[in-house]
Amino acid sequence: MAIRNYILVCGGSGCESSHSDDIYKNLIAEAKAQGVADEVQVVKTGCFGFCEQGPIVKILPEDSFYVQVKPSDAKELISEHIIKGRQVERLLYNKETAKQKAGQVEDINFYKKQYRIVLRNCGFINPENIDEYIARDGYEALEKVLFDLTPEDVINELKTAGLRGRGGAGFPTWMKWNFTKMAQNDVKYVACNADEGDPGAYMDRSTLEGDPHSILEGMTICGHTIGANKGFIYIRAEYPLAIHRLEIAIKQAHEYGLLGKDILGSGFDFDIELRYGAGAFVCGEETALIQSLEGHRGMPQPRPPFPAVKGLWQKPTCLNNVETWANIPVILTRGGEWFHKIGTEDSPGTKVFALTGKIKNSGLVEVPMGTTLREIVYDIGGGITGGKKFKAVQTGGPSGGMISAENLDTPIDFGRLQSIGSMMGSGSMIVINEDDCMVDVAKFYLNFSVDEACGKCAPCRIGGRTLLNILEKITNGNGELADIKKMKDVAHAMQRGSLCALGQTAPNPLISSLKWFEDEFMAHIVDKKCPAGKCKKLITYTIDPEKCVGCTACARKCPVGAISGEVKKPHVIDTTVCIKCGACIQTCKFGAISIH
Amino acid sequence: MAKMTLDQLRKLRESKQDDIKRRATEGKEGQIIIGMGTCGIAAGAKIVLDEFLDQFEKRGITNISVTQTGCMGLCSVEPTLEVIMPNMPNIIYGNVDKATVDKIVEDHIINKKLVNDHVIDRPASDIVGDK
Ligand SMILES: Cc1cc2nc3c(=O)[nH]c(=O)nc-3n(C[C@H](O)[C@H](O)[C@H](O)COP(=O)(O)O)c2cc1C
Ligand code: SF4
Ligand code: SF4
Repeated sequence: MAIRNYILVCGGSGCESSHSDDIYKNLIAEAKAQGVADEVQVVKTGCFGFCEQGPIVKILPEDSFYVQVKPSDAKELISEHIIKGRQVERLLYNKETAKQKAGQVEDINFYKKQYRIVLRNCGFINPENIDEYIARDGYEALEKVLFDLTPEDVINELKTAGLRGRGGAGFPTWMKWNFTKMAQNDVKYVACNADEGDPGAYMDRSTLEGDPHSILEGMTICGHTIGANKGFIYIRAEYPLAIHRLEIAIKQAHEYGLLGKDILGSGFDFDIELRYGAGAFVCGEETALIQSLEGHRGMPQPRPPFPAVKGLWQKPTCLNNVETWANIPVILTRGGEWFHKIGTEDSPGTKVFALTGKIKNSGLVEVPMGTTLREIVYDIGGGITGGKKFKAVQTGGPSGGMISAENLDTPIDFGRLQSIGSMMGSGSMIVINEDDCMVDVAKFYLNFSVDEACGKCAPCRIGGRTLLNILEKITNGNGELADIKKMKDVAHAMQRGSLCALGQTAPNPLISSLKWFEDEFMAHIVDKKCPAGKCKKLITYTIDPEKCVGCTACARKCPVGAISGEVKKPHVIDTTVCIKCGACIQTCKFGAISIH
Repeated sequence: MAKMTLDQLRKLRESKQDDIKRRATEGKEGQIIIGMGTCGIAAGAKIVLDEFLDQFEKRGITNISVTQTGCMGLCSVEPTLEVIMPNMPNIIYGNVDKATVDKIVEDHIINKKLVNDHVIDRPASDIVGDK
């Protein structure tokens, strides 16, 4: 007998703790008892990412989605669904009410909370085959733009859509295009910023690798709209696969006549070239990027003039981020109105985030703007690893800030992230738990900015170093109360006085940590303690003689021989020798070692 | 293919649209689509791809194509791949290594059963899909 149904039982750790294993076993037993063991197969799956409604059972091929299933429901699932072919209504996830509750747009596959516009083709098509892109509505927008729409129509469509640049600042895309279109010049350029340098960010890389033609199509549309015949993609040389796929895509587009002279017989010429960045974070800043593209050292320049007026080789240049480009073809095929309905009024559309850190389902997620951090961390991300407590999420990389538990329910969009002291940035989202020290995390980001600053202007160059020195002093146990005010003053000067956004935003991680986690700074400064046990100068490892059974495991593990003691007698750590590597604490099975 | 006119592009799109819906490739009945972004490759997607080709050769399976795609977004369970077989639901597998490939070939492709513990749910609907 062939298998008719596949029953998928969520085996993610969240569901597992709520008896998914019993559900799995009961389903197998019931299938046998009711005589359909040959017709169904029960399998355990990875996390569905909807843990709050778990345990989850999905039955294929019907795609029935059952939530909050109990082991005792197995009988009914088999007798009703499998044998009689009727869905078990009371366990089905009710999309409609959930949708209404969250005020979501019609067609979002709700339980996933995700909606893929930018990543529409990633993981579906073969990125090295242009036919597959074309089959999924590829180059349809370009057709429209070349033959049916005027450049004004295109700009109006983008205006209706309300798309804001995804490179970080959220500048309205239609305005940028319009400025470049209005600029009077016989030569203009289109440019794509694929420099993606924030720690933890890889959204743009994945988009380029998974769907390179969407970028090419977006840029070609822009060229036609603003009157440019040449585009450049500035991509970091550390992305060899993305470069490889872009090269293939450009070649195939040429062969099909979708790039080059007289595209599709329209009389419009457009070509795209790749330019490689050497991985300096500051080269992602638009004026520095243009310098680098021209072959100069990548140093930011004062604005105005903005690139839309005087960009590459002093010509009007329309520069957008990878994700912004990937949105363009969809907006033009589906219409601005359609796009505007997704997301929030402030920021229509979706945003791709790279979810990393202390999170179970790390990965790339694309959600409508307005999704809350709680939904991303708990529903999609499956919660914090190791059952630890959530502490914060870092968004926006070195220019962004920390979002604390107080703001887990804030809907995410450009405006609201800014109002809680963070920033959209490019879309990295790093989850921080109770094991992380906020002073240390702030130091990490500041260190990154100080390393990556170009050194051109004093507020950033001197201010960044000063802040870092103070943070080092604090984490070394030499902090003073006056340091807090000093840091705020220096940060203020940097924000006001730096030439480019790198310096202006570099203090953000520190300032937002100070705002939400002042108690941790105080613990370091006043009590000379690091509550999370990260700052090595401020902690000591000790063995609790009550709990130690003298198994000697830690003494054998310690790389510097700091632990001594007789077998079956409590051991002791010589704090003058201990290098605070933490090896012992992970070794002890009796929880006898602690950090103070 | 030479440069296309508007008409040719539209025709090509139509003809390929059916293909991609059925996910059919030239006379093949089934399809393995491996996520080969930087993340997938770093986690071993290339080894997985080679193992499929080896297995198919060893077992004389010729009616299944093996292709690649970009990142599905499931970084925590890379390498990932999708198996598309006639009369079976499309299934995504994660945490695939050589041993899992053997199981996929044996259980899924030959015996039409899913491989336990490796099935992963598709991360999200996409706009093209729900048209
Ligand atoms: C230090 C610094 C680094 C930046 N890095 C990037 C980057 O990697 N990618 C990007 O698209 N934008 C980056 N930006 C933002 C760009 O300056 C620019 O605003 C953006 O590319 C414009 O595209 P959009 O309008 O589509 O957002 C960076 C800005 C600064 C100040
Ligand atoms: S703010 Fe920093 S990175 Fe920007 S120009 Fe000044 S020194 Fe360079
Ligand atoms: S591992 Fe734990 S129980 Fe064993 S000797 Fe060390 S402290 Fe004592």
